[in-house]
Amino acid sequence: MIDVKNLSKSFGDNLVLDNISEHIAPGEKVVIIGPSGSGKSTFLRCLNLLETPTAGEISFDGTLITDPKTDINAIRQQMGMVFQHFNLFPNMTIRKNITLAPVRTGLMKQEEADETAIRLLKRVGLEEKADAYPAQLSGGQKQRIAIVRALAMKPKVMLFDEPTSALDPEMVGEVLDVMKQLAEEGMTMVVVTHEMGFAREVGSRVLFMDGGHIVEQNEPKAFFDHPQNPRTQLFLSKVL
Amino acid sequence: MAWQALYEQLSALPVADLTGTQSFLLKFCKAFLVGDRWKLYLQGLGYTLELTVIALVIGIVLGVVVAVIRTSHDQQRPGHRNPALGVLNFVCKVYTTVIRGTPMMVQLLIWGFVIFKTCRNHTMVGALGLGINSGAYVAEIVRGGLMSVDIGQTEAGRSLGLNYLDTMRFIVIPQAFKNILPSLGNEFITLLKDTSLVSAIGGTEMVYFAQAVGGKTYEYMFPLLGIAVMYLILVMILSWLQGKMERRLRQSDRR
Repeated sequence: MIDVKNLSKSFGDNLVLDNISEHIAPGEKVVIIGPSGSGKSTFLRCLNLLETPTAGEISFDGTLITDPKTDINAIRQQMGMVFQHFNLFPNMTIRKNITLAPVRTGLMKQEEADETAIRLLKRVGLEEKADAYPAQLSGGQKQRIAIVRALAMKPKVMLFDEPTSALDPEMVGEVLDVMKQLAEEGMTMVVVTHEMGFAREVGSRVLFMDGGHIVEQNEPKAFFDHPQNPRTQLFLSKVL
Repeated sequence: MAWQALYEQLSALPVADLTGTQSFLLKFCKAFLVGDRWKLYLQGLGYTLELTVIALVIGIVLGVVVAVIRTSHDQQRPGHRNPALGVLNFVCKVYTTVIRGTPMMVQLLIWGFVIFKTCRNHTMVGALGLGINSGAYVAEIVRGGLMSVDIGQTEAGRSLGLNYLDTMRFIVIPQAFKNILPSLGNEFITLLKDTSLVSAIGGTEMVYFAQAVGGKTYEYMFPLLGIAVMYLILVMILSWLQGKMERRLRQSDRR
């Protein structure tokens, strides 16, 4: 579904991603872990071109998205993204946050988008918040709304950029539950996270990144129980 | 009317014999009441408001266009630079530098006596000059506002598949507008007061009529105090409106 070939990204002289190639298949739940500065968020942000790669190619469903002629807006409509800091639009109600993109991109009529919004809000238990503003919600609620907002575009893949890192510890669970539910429904997911429990339980594959490389990858049980690379072993010994 | 009898009585007396109060009343009558002169001030008020609104519209349109050009130029993805945008950006930079780097009065005199020296409608020339001047300041205010909105907001909009213009229109500009309302309000208040400079190129507005009355009666105190009070009231009304609008826009901040 997503094909990454020889992807490199540097900010000035700082090489953040060094010649990465990777394939993400439909239905996979890829979890990316690693120390800060390892390039995992940059890798994720390259997938929908929020960061422009310095070199390399990325294709999505057979379309070369790194080609400047590709309509990136059309591609992004099929790739949902959830941010660490939620990035809900504070000037709009929750309902408007969710329905703005589907309506403006012509995916749905307003009534259909409203119905979708309510249906998705019910799923995450927040339908009574439809007319509230983001400032009135807790962090966990905001992040669940952010997930709903991305889902309203009916994406084929969901990208999560440290979705629980900015949350109070007691709110992490409610967000992870929504993500687990999404995984069970078969959504293709790429998740950058520090939640090792989530990686082990939900991931179908774990990538460990360090210094702009994918150092090691494996299915979760083998990855956590028998890490091969010394760098992976050191990292896991500190976080587990 | 009562004041007419008083006025005729007072003007019949020799000036040297008038007491302080009498002279005060006489001057007041001359400045505002004789020949229905108060109507002139109201006429001037009308011109001033018209001038302000025209300059305001020119200023906002120019300011927003310049701000959007400059911000979108700065936010281009590396490697996807648009050469046309580069040229526009350069023009905008020259515009703001020249306008903000020269005095308002000098600009007005250039508009009135050099560029449009054959034009009869001095008030409209003044409105154009004021609007072009205001646009440069509004552009910098709006640009600051656009940059004050967290980049995460743009990223969230774009990641949903919205295009650049929709992201600006629905997400960034409304939030920027809330942030810049205080400075924008100040700019408009300054603009309203700066319309008084248009009298220097022969434009008709409040100062023009106050000077006309003063010239006719050889008495400037009341005409000038009169228009000073009128400006003050206008500014107070504007400040009040501004506060009301700020409170309304803060609606989404309630918890």
